[in-house]
Amino acid sequence: MNIDDRLAKVKYVSDEETHLKINQEKCNNCEMKVCTYICPANVYEWNKKENKLTVNYENCLECGACRIACSEKCLEWQYPKGICGVTYKFG
Amino acid sequence: MDNKNKTQVIVVGAGPAGISAAITVAKAGKEVILIERGNFSGSKNMFGGAIYTQPTKEIFPDFETSAPLERNNIKHNYTILTEDESTSITYRDNTEHSNSYTVIRSKFDRWMSEEAKKAGVILVTQTVVRELIVENKKVVGVKTELEDYYADIVILADGVNSLLAKQIGLRKDFDPKDVALGIKEVIKIGKDKINERFNLKDNEGCITEIFGYPMLGQLGLGFMYTNKDTITLGLGITLSELISHKIKPYELLDKLKEHKTIAPLIEDGELIEYSAHLIPEGGYKKVPKLYDNGVMIVGDSASLVNNLHWEGTNLAMLSGKFAGETAIFSLDKNDFSKKTLSLYKKKLDKSFIMKDLKSYKDLMPIMHKQSKSFLDYYLRKINKFFKMFTETNSISKRNNFHKFIFETITERNIFELLKDGLHIIKLLWGILK
Repeated sequence: MNIDDRLAKVKYVSDEETHLKINQEKCNNCEMKVCTYICPANVYEWNKKENKLTVNYENCLECGACRIACSEKCLEWQYPKGICGVTYKFG
Repeated sequence: MDNKNKTQVIVVGAGPAGISAAITVAKAGKEVILIERGNFSGSKNMFGGAIYTQPTKEIFPDFETSAPLERNNIKHNYTILTEDESTSITYRDNTEHSNSYTVIRSKFDRWMSEEAKKAGVILVTQTVVRELIVENKKVVGVKTELEDYYADIVILADGVNSLLAKQIGLRKDFDPKDVALGIKEVIKIGKDKINERFNLKDNEGCITEIFGYPMLGQLGLGFMYTNKDTITLGLGITLSELISHKIKPYELLDKLKEHKTIAPLIEDGELIEYSAHLIPEGGYKKVPKLYDNGVMIVGDSASLVNNLHWEGTNLAMLSGKFAGETAIFSLDKNDFSKKTLSLYKKKLDKSFIMKDLKSYKDLMPIMHKQSKSFLDYYLRKINKFFKMFTETNSISKRNNFHKFIFETITERNIFELLKDGLHIIKLLWGILK
């Protein structure tokens, strides 16, 4: 099943600004780019055209896997604001 | 200090650990504020899941008659999958005894928080604690997005990521091998179909632990739980495995769903939610410093998980209770030093919580080392063993058995077999001595 179909079932309230701050320079030089495959919500995608990492923070499930897995330890990871982010109906 | 923002105890995080801590404090007539970042308790939480009956009763004695429960788990399946085979054994309890119930966290945690409010806990939702306030080497309060709150004691129940415990140096960041990523789907099937497919009646439930495929040789397990009219299907896999194998977690879940042993159980089901959460799996050796001046950490924040036995929420609830009792003791003494709060650690050490974690302290290191054997080789052999009893091939049984034994020994280096044996002995010795 497509990840987008899965995420379509999740209830979110998007914030205007990201709670996941990357360091584009370090990301450019990062060989592993672990975040682009371990994230269960596919938040991080490598944009080959523009040679940069895009962060679809509004899809974040707030699990924290990227924070721990990032080999460069350059991710500034915070919880979204109190009213924002994911709200599980089941969980 | 502004008195209106000063209370006796602040608990950060309204999950099972935080709520249990808060309710314990409130029941002793002390002031307690419970701060939750989600819209309501449970709105950011996810687990397999089932809650265990006995430990839940310790916090909520009447929960079986008043809490929103899904099914009473009478069946427990252990299923070993390889690509195109599976072997299952099932334990079934036909007595009236209840061991565990499946629950929907957004309903159950919310119910727990309502019970806490009834006991006098002040619940503040939609509020993220960004930082702890430390004065003279003592935690004296919390900074939220809007206001600062002060307290004699702060209990950290802010979950597996516990950024707050990290801020004050009680905890370091996880190593990817000490944490698992859990993902799952809630799939709507309908009550009648679930009962038919799992051989259940009324509100009887079934838990399935899935070993092997699609994570053969990796530190990961699948799980399936029956809720009232939905099925939860998911998996947990150590983060370092995802990193080193470059796997997308949801692609593993796809493979699990498509396995011929699993697929018929969820056939025609409708996906109604997808979720993800981390599980602390470092075990005893990675339990952080549990208290300091004015602060204690409980539940997942303190890495209190016994993964082999699928225990987490029960350790969360009981550690919360112990922290609550310790808070009451130190409030009565009017002493919030780490020396007084060390009572919390003593209570944990004396309980089964630390005893169990200690017993299993070698489990994860061994599993990391021997995952190819215990989570691949032997699982395949178990399926092959049972296969021998299902087919006749016009070869004598003795020859078949000899061939099976010969292959089991020769397909794997004899030293590896010995190593496996020694590891098992070490593990059993650690648990039983």
